[in-house]
Amino acid sequence: MKHLLSTSELSHADAVQILDTADQMAAVSSRAVKKLPALRGRTVVNLFFEDSTRTRISFETAAKRLSADVINFSAKGSSVSKGESLKDTAQTLMAMSADAVVIRHPSSGAPQQLADSGWIDAAVVNAGDGKHAHPTQALLDAMTLRRVRSRATGVASTGMDLEGMHVVIVGDVLHSRVARSNVWLLTTLGARVTLVAPPTLVPVATDNWPCEVSYDLDAVLSEAPDAVMMLRLQRERMNAAFFPSEAEYTRGWGLTAQRVQRLEAVGAPTVFMHPGPMNRGLEISSEAADSPRSTVLEQVANGVSVRMAVLFLLLSGDESSPNPSEN
Amino acid sequence: MSCYLIGNARPEGGDPADLLVTDGTVTAVGAPGSLQVPEDAEVIDASGLIALPGLVDMHTHLREPGREDAETVQTGTRAAARGGFTAVFAMANSNPVADTAGVVEQVWQLGRDAGWTDVHPVGAVTVGLEGTRLSEIRAMAESRAAVRMFSDDGKCVHDPVLMRRALEYVKAFDGIIAQHAQEPRLTEGAQMNEGAVSADLGLTGWPAVAEEAIIARDVLLAQHVGSRLHICHLSTEGSVEIVRWAKSRGVYVTAEVTPHHLMLTDELVRTFDPVYKVNPPLRTDADVQALRRAVAEGTIDVVGTDHAPHTAEDKECEWSCAAHGMTGLETALSVVQLSLVDTGLIGWDRVAQIMSHRPAGILGLTDQGQPLRPGSVANLVLWDPAGATPVDPATHASKGRNSPYRGMTLPGSVRATFYRGHPVVRDGELATPLGR
Amino acid sequence: MSVPEHAETSPGTTTSRVILSTADIDRALSRIAHEILESNKGPENLVLLGIARRGYPLARRLAARLEQIDPGFRAAASTGQLDITMYRDDLRRNPARTPQPTLLPESGIDGRTVVLVDDVLFSGRTIRAALDALVDVGRPDVVRLAVLVDRGHRELPIRADHVGKNLPTSSQEKVRVLLRESDPEPRAAGHEDCVVIDAPVASDPDVARSPGRAASSSRSGQAGERA
Repeated sequence: MKHLLSTSELSHADAVQILDTADQMAAVSSRAVKKLPALRGRTVVNLFFEDSTRTRISFETAAKRLSADVINFSAKGSSVSKGESLKDTAQTLMAMSADAVVIRHPSSGAPQQLADSGWIDAAVVNAGDGKHAHPTQALLDAMTLRRVRSRATGVASTGMDLEGMHVVIVGDVLHSRVARSNVWLLTTLGARVTLVAPPTLVPVATDNWPCEVSYDLDAVLSEAPDAVMMLRLQRERMNAAFFPSEAEYTRGWGLTAQRVQRLEAVGAPTVFMHPGPMNRGLEISSEAADSPRSTVLEQVANGVSVRMAVLFLLLSGDESSPNPSEN
Repeated sequence: MSCYLIGNARPEGGDPADLLVTDGTVTAVGAPGSLQVPEDAEVIDASGLIALPGLVDMHTHLREPGREDAETVQTGTRAAARGGFTAVFAMANSNPVADTAGVVEQVWQLGRDAGWTDVHPVGAVTVGLEGTRLSEIRAMAESRAAVRMFSDDGKCVHDPVLMRRALEYVKAFDGIIAQHAQEPRLTEGAQMNEGAVSADLGLTGWPAVAEEAIIARDVLLAQHVGSRLHICHLSTEGSVEIVRWAKSRGVYVTAEVTPHHLMLTDELVRTFDPVYKVNPPLRTDADVQALRRAVAEGTIDVVGTDHAPHTAEDKECEWSCAAHGMTGLETALSVVQLSLVDTGLIGWDRVAQIMSHRPAGILGLTDQGQPLRPGSVANLVLWDPAGATPVDPATHASKGRNSPYRGMTLPGSVRATFYRGHPVVRDGELATPLGR
Repeated sequence: MSVPEHAETSPGTTTSRVILSTADIDRALSRIAHEILESNKGPENLVLLGIARRGYPLARRLAARLEQIDPGFRAAASTGQLDITMYRDDLRRNPARTPQPTLLPESGIDGRTVVLVDDVLFSGRTIRAALDALVDVGRPDVVRLAVLVDRGHRELPIRADHVGKNLPTSSQEKVRVLLRESDPEPRAAGHEDCVVIDAPVASDPDVARSPGRAASSSRSGQAGERA
């Protein structure tokens, strides 16, 4: 694995290796000395063409815990507004001898272009591109689900996948890179995924997607799924007539207090996930967000572990020789 | 006096024949060895080559005036000559827009001065391509450029009233409106064909219905006002069905398809390489097959390249920032051979139809697209169907390096192009332009 | 073995010899157990930390023996695993590997006498990494090193306190330790645990003596390769 661009390119074995590695990284995060020397002397550039303090801090923490040097390069608007091109930015980074470039970009495909262009030879990690992919978010969601399963079954999570788990992803699938990345990854790991959204917020041709699509949240929740993941709703979607009003959206597709109570009443195992930041009262009620079922903070913590795992796996072995020596 | 004997060529793929070209005109055609050849005639051995009437491209972007960094009339017509074209129609989306007699005469004169092919400017339907008021269509028609085709190509004339008026207005001089069929509201921010691939990639979709809805409206408008309508770069299976239906009702509509829509699909967008970004977008394989059948059955009348050169800056960037369009003049005939001839769908006589006779006929050109027989203007191309064209954009005559075929080896190759009896391409290479 | 050049050549180009059998390994571990107790003057404060992956089963076996010899030693509370993946100095040169858990006794290692346990001592780089890993998880009073095999060719100033067998090798040879806990592939009776030397052979493949499946494990990718 040279780059991490999309979860659709991850095999079952790749995904389990990343999650197993992330588990060990999580163990490090709970000890007194939280730093590992693995990436000492390596340089990780956070190249953010789009504001996302949370994701940038998560990657920065991950790289620093692995002893890498971190350069934050905020290029918001520069390329899109016809300033410096992605190519020039990339070549600038190479001049700084970056070993890995973590890129967040509003244009779908920009990380893949960076990886394929020949402009740089650093490892490229997609930290979210347009509406396309957000692989580390999906990996941290998978890690969270694996830990949920581990707690429920009492079996250690190492080596585990998500076979048989039922995960419901609710909201603006059309514009969501989180939903796309999760569909590929969670199904690769054996989970059953159901997307729930108003029909206007589902892409027109999802027939080939390895998941079910429903417009009826209550019907899907009545199956007592293992997890329900609420996607963040951009309020401006309403202006483009994707739905008539926030109130109608919440009634139809929000994780409301009533829906939480119904899950409680039937003793469903369902945990509540959200990639953050949450719109309380819109896609998720405070009852759900603050419920013991919520994994929102665990997801944040797992984000650092997963990103440590990805940086470690991408940057180790990059000078592999055919004759490794040991001891 | 110039005189060429083109020996043993197969006119439009038929039986071998010798063609005598004297002072810009085909003066004799006969069985090999049967012609009386003047002593000073230069003999060109065309054994194994197919002779086609010079190709006519209804849809070219020459970028001049305004974007001479992307293409000029000079470089664009050199590319056309290398591709076997002897006439090109230069679309109006230059800067300034070709919406006045002054601009179209400038482009026409630049074409004449260059001497590689005929250049026929296309006039804008609306001022500045803005879709709000008609440009001075009649002035352009009466200029030295004698514009007959009007188009806002790149943008759709989406206002139905304005479209109706334009269709009616050009009847006065047997003009034709060429529509870029794209419903603007349905394609806001569109980046690629809307379908399975756009769903995977998270790129905003350009749905087929946005093209089909405009075509359906416009064929009904054309029928209502009794005008001629040309559909540019038709790209979907549904559009084919609408045009077929309209033709069956007697509507005077003609349809064009680009080489790239006959060969490439939206699966290529998975690379996120902006060289595949084009408008209308690459569609699905089902669309490609439907377009090929539509050419074979005659629903689609012509192949137009939509040659759209861009600078590296406009293509070497993020997909959503990249310009739409791909080059096509120097690869068009190869792609037609690959997708239509080598697949057995059509023969070379039909290639001559869709790339020469028919576009010349639609546009009323009397000195282009003529059959290869005595008396015709000697516009012709010698094509080696057994040849191969490795596509290296760096070697193209066009300034544009944005060929979606780069790295491929396409079938066939242009051996010679005669423009008004003068060999502008010889041995597959540019020779000299026609001096006037 | 996970050595690519072997996968590319025919198996006949290496021979595999069993150097230690199950019984030999048993005896070596017993001797090391006695030595540890002797040098520590009893079981007090002892912690055995096996270096992942094969050091850990060896540490557990040693701990069980210590408990047999001196019931004052509580094996379960004094044994752990140390993963050194993230501390290696050759991360860039070897393919990425999944780290193993570091498992410490509940009472920790601060102020204890830690015996690091590994299967083969070669360049010393693994032990260098282990010492770094160790200081990140606690502050032992004393650190000692026990290895099943010392094959020489040290590249760092490191030596073992307790050695099961000193094994003179050429640098072209590979030493592999196969344990029933970590290497499940079937082997001949008496070779459930074994130490194998793979030596490159230029001419005569008949000198190869097979330790059960071990001879063919140059294609298995599972066995612990200790070059």
